[in-house]
Amino acid sequence: MILIWLILTPLIGGLLAGFSGRRNNALPRWLSLGCLAIDLALLLVLCATHYGAAITPNGTWLAQIDLPWIPQLGIRLHLGLDGLSLLLILLTLGLGVMSIIASWSEITERVGFFHFNLMLTLAGVIGVFLALDLFLFFFFWELMLVPMYFLIAVWGHERRIYAAIKFFLFTQGSGLLMFAAIVALALINYRQTGILTFDYFALAKTQLGSTTQMWLMLGFFIAFAVKLPVVPFHTWLADAHTEAPTAGSVILAGLLLKTGAYGLLRFAVPLFPAASAAFAPVAMTLGVIGILYGAMLAFAQDDMKRLVAYTSVSHLGFVLLGIYAGNALALQGAIVQMLAHGLSTGALFILVGALQEKLHTRDMRQLGGLWSAVPRIGAIGLFFAIASLALPGLGNFVGEFLVLLGTYRVASGFAIAATLGLVVSTIYALSFVQRVFHGERRTSAALTDFSSRHMLVMATMIVALVWLGCYPQPVFDAASSGLANLQRVASEHLPASGEP
Amino acid sequence: MNGHDLTAILPLIVLGGTVTIVMLTIAFCRNHRLTALLSVLGLILCLIAIWPASDLAPRQVTPLFVIDRYALFYMGLIFAASIAILLLSYGYLAARRERPEEFYLLVLAATLGAVALVASDHFASFFLGLETLSISLLGLIAYPRDHEKSLEAGVKYLILAGISSAFLLFGMALVYARLGSMEFVRIATLLSTVDVSPDLYWLTGLALIFTGIGFKLSVVPFHMWAPDVYEGAPAPVAAFVAVVSKGAMFALLLRYFVTAAADSFGPAPMMIEIVAVASILVGNLLALLQTNIKRILAYSSIAHLGYLLVAFLAGGALRIEAVTYYLVAYAVMTVGAFGIITVLSASSADAEIEDLDAYRGLIWRRPWLGGAFVAMLLSLAGIPLTMGFIGKFYAIAAGVSATMWPAVIALIVGSIIGLFYYLRVIVAICTPAPESATTAYGGAVPIVGGATLAALTLMLIGLGVYPTPLVHLIQVTAAQMTVR
Repeated sequence: MILIWLILTPLIGGLLAGFSGRRNNALPRWLSLGCLAIDLALLLVLCATHYGAAITPNGTWLAQIDLPWIPQLGIRLHLGLDGLSLLLILLTLGLGVMSIIASWSEITERVGFFHFNLMLTLAGVIGVFLALDLFLFFFFWELMLVPMYFLIAVWGHERRIYAAIKFFLFTQGSGLLMFAAIVALALINYRQTGILTFDYFALAKTQLGSTTQMWLMLGFFIAFAVKLPVVPFHTWLADAHTEAPTAGSVILAGLLLKTGAYGLLRFAVPLFPAASAAFAPVAMTLGVIGILYGAMLAFAQDDMKRLVAYTSVSHLGFVLLGIYAGNALALQGAIVQMLAHGLSTGALFILVGALQEKLHTRDMRQLGGLWSAVPRIGAIGLFFAIASLALPGLGNFVGEFLVLLGTYRVASGFAIAATLGLVVSTIYALSFVQRVFHGERRTSAALTDFSSRHMLVMATMIVALVWLGCYPQPVFDAASSGLANLQRVASEHLPASGEP
Repeated sequence: MNGHDLTAILPLIVLGGTVTIVMLTIAFCRNHRLTALLSVLGLILCLIAIWPASDLAPRQVTPLFVIDRYALFYMGLIFAASIAILLLSYGYLAARRERPEEFYLLVLAATLGAVALVASDHFASFFLGLETLSISLLGLIAYPRDHEKSLEAGVKYLILAGISSAFLLFGMALVYARLGSMEFVRIATLLSTVDVSPDLYWLTGLALIFTGIGFKLSVVPFHMWAPDVYEGAPAPVAAFVAVVSKGAMFALLLRYFVTAAADSFGPAPMMIEIVAVASILVGNLLALLQTNIKRILAYSSIAHLGYLLVAFLAGGALRIEAVTYYLVAYAVMTVGAFGIITVLSASSADAEIEDLDAYRGLIWRRPWLGGAFVAMLLSLAGIPLTMGFIGKFYAIAAGVSATMWPAVIALIVGSIIGLFYYLRVIVAICTPAPESATTAYGGAVPIVGGATLAALTLMLIGLGVYPTPLVHLIQVTAAQMTVR
């Protein structure tokens, strides 16, 4: 039951915030924060009672719930929490709180509706991380798009309508491909067993011919690749991240991209292990291209938000590489990289958003020399920039290093090429710091430094990132228990016996 | 014909009675409120009359009609849609210059035709029902007599409806000439014994009948009339054309195909698949170019009929289930979308609020109406939490189970294109309005219309989140249809 409440709490919070927004601007913020705090408490209670038993190298589920929803179609309300989901939901709640606090002063119009959309997106993301029924998964997958669309389209910057529509079309269109693949998988399973079901574990046992498996896997892969984003599908990302309000960018980069990686880990690979193995070289090539191309694009930007957006393409290239390298080391690295990227990029977006709020520009050609005016922002900016270039001791380093190590064992060529990405990332990260904080000052606008509210947010994220970089063992434990679950599902495939 | 037969066709009788009573009332005492009340009461009685009839189903009443759960389900849908449309029109008509009473009479008569269609089991009742429906619709489309656009739409509809009826009749004649029967069941038995697939009479007849039906459904390439008629007709009438007329026709098409084994239709499934793909693509692409909401909805309706045809082509029990759920969803969201135009237009005596620009900032000025409109549009686009999503799920499932990949791909591509223009409308609703536009609709929302819209929106979301009761009902309905 507690799993359902994990999803319902932000939903209720969103509704409350939406209605309270008519009265008062502060109330929706406090209500949203309160609901997220309750959600976090629920999660911690769940952990406290079940953690020791469940987070073991063998991997089990901390909690599962399985109720009928549309019984005639075999659709069930099946939710489950394991180590992998747990880490990502923690990230979701953490970034949710951060983004509410960060947009405290930025959003002053239609505050109620803003928080309604924000909380609804979070509810959808949590649902995605919990769903174990493929229909339910798709339901949440689509559900998080609509409020995100509104966040961009209503509170975004100059070209918000264009960006919002592009975001929606890309993700919805690829989602429909996945939906067709889900339905096809369920129907093939129905013909084999006579039971119509969308259950994750049941569908994992479906016997598929190699061609069918490849097509279905591609249906899933494209949907997740658009979200991740993998290079040919990445064009929506820069627009959406750039035009979204700060909270929108944080949630997009920190969470929505992670749903793509999570989908690959949870669904695309375990459901179609043979096809994924055959496809791995292509996926890893795309990952390496993403790492290098994303980093180069980031370097070429003048717009701060676009720069940060393209670094996401680069960082998530490592995740893709790690997932398809497929050994335990690389997968662990991919998961740590997901968390670290969520924190570091989220923080960079908050920082850039705060600068834009003060300066009304994101163009780095008009900036420079801000360190002396806003030393706190400068120092924090430097910290997250070097986090982003994967300085040892910070979370991103652990992630990228493990991915490279794991990949090297499987395909050394990819690992060597990907390592070049670290060099390019140093260039863009340092040039970002140089162009914004050093050099000659070009604006004369009066600036105020980070308020204590912002400092609190940033301090939390810095601590989390350092902790992830220095003592990632708890994360490894949780992740390896989640990975063991995935391994078990993948091994349930009986040897394929020709076309079904 | 005995007492049981009369009970079985009770909904038809009650509706016939209501038409007569309303006609007489108008003749003796012109009163808008009284007419509306009588019409709605009559329709509610019809809905209630479905219960006694369903105990007797399935039952053949004269060679012309068959009353089974399938027919009764669609009757219920048609009655409910008509009630909703009448309730929405009340405030709208009160604000117009024309005398409103005959509007109700025509809607009731058209409903009678539609109901006869879904129960028909014979070419004669098929044709009679169709003509009752078409002729009443003609009156409704051209109801604002002094509006040039409405008259134009009326004439267009008259000519095309006439031509399509002629096609249909000729097709029926050819089928009769070949098989010697006009009863669907009898035709089905004959088809299972005689191999007609290479027969020219049969194929031509089938093609002509499908052409006639295609006109009514406004699927590509018979779609040209739809946007003009939707634009010219009053908004509630457009909803009626889109939902009741097309829905009844689709129900009949489904019965026609399920009764006779589909294998004997030769190239028909392929033909329908081509029509479906063309409707989806053409409908969605042309909708991109429109700036008039009613025209957008017209083209979107063409595309939705294409989705329905994809669902229609699936085999087995899934076919009836998919089509029926989709039709219910389509009815709710289309009546809802046109209902919002109707309710908003109630405040202006002359023109309708149909230009996209007039909807700018609607959600900030009228949060509930704007929210309902956004919900309807998201449902039309097939986004979760709404009935449209489950409908799209059914359509995709049907297409996949029949392994019609071109149709499934067209459906996906069509949905993406569709999303684009639905989002355009949503963007308009959500952007802050220019100051000059604020005067466009100042009046209060009619209470009856507002309540109907609220009910529709609740249904849209309720049955989208928890569709189990509806799915169960449809499965019971479908079971009887396949057994027969």
